[in-house]
Amino acid sequence: MENIEARVKKIVAEQLGVNEAEVKIDSSFVDDLGADSLDTVELVMALEEEFECEIPDEEAEKITTVQQAVDYVTAHLNK
Amino acid sequence: MSLQGKVALVTGASRGIGAAIADTLAAAGAKVIGTATSESGAAAIGERLAQWGGVGMVLNVGEDGAIDALVDTISKEYGDVAILVNNAGITRDGLLMRMKEEDWDAIMDTNLKSVFKASKAVMRGMMKARWGRIINIASVVGAMGNAGQANYAAAKAGIMGFTKSMAREVGSRGITVNCVAPGFIDTDMTRALPEAQREALVQQIALGRLGAAQDIADAVDFLASDRAAYVTGQTLHVNGGMLMP
Repeated sequence: MENIEARVKKIVAEQLGVNEAEVKIDSSFVDDLGADSLDTVELVMALEEEFECEIPDEEAEKITTVQQAVDYVTAHLNK
Repeated sequence: MSLQGKVALVTGASRGIGAAIADTLAAAGAKVIGTATSESGAAAIGERLAQWGGVGMVLNVGEDGAIDALVDTISKEYGDVAILVNNAGITRDGLLMRMKEEDWDAIMDTNLKSVFKASKAVMRGMMKARWGRIINIASVVGAMGNAGQANYAAAKAGIMGFTKSMAREVGSRGITVNCVAPGFIDTDMTRALPEAQREALVQQIALGRLGAAQDIADAVDFLASDRAAYVTGQTLHVNGGMLMP
């Protein structure tokens, strides 16, 4: 699990151009990390590539925090 | 050779304006994929573009999933599309009083919806690359209207609005989105007009002649290049002064 969390945080930091230390598990992409709507779309794209999965648009909309991203990836990697 | 190494997708590249665009981008160094609706058309494009390393492929823009599949194939074989020229288009002219709903729908699907689908399909690669060019071929008719072309003019004006919105959405990623709006260009499409109508049209053109497909291709070549990096959301009118909006 920690592994997934670390990978998600790394991607979030890279995509949003923030320091990895700033990325907390409960960080909101928009409110805490300064992402705009296009950033969040790109972030989902990057997660899809990192974890080799496809995140449907209606699911992607619900991923607004690091925790939610970790939860989504965890739930769908185990399938 | 300013477009060296860039993958360019040009829809409707068999004839006329699309053919001139494909050839010009290929000569400028781009890896051009030109599309046609038939196998024989694609083969002819391939033969024409072969001298520059370009290829022809089949694409029926109205067919479900066809654009996504094509963009996918191109990405795997040649790399992500960096330059998209939405040129494919048809006409179904007729006075509104006699225009059938299917004439309207056919134009909207082929001329407008295809622009949405193709642009969406290439967006991921362009965002990752932080570089992209989308050039939509509109028409002077979309800006001034034309009796007998309510459907065509609506689709072309729609392309201009789409272009402005997209330009705002993706500008921060180094992607520019522009239109080229040709006036009356000497192609099969305008050769089908009656001689009297052609002559009347020429009277309205400040330069006193129809344009050549190459005039449009040169404008596209400019917008595709790094020289046009600061131009986005615009419609470049290439019409010999027929309309000065």
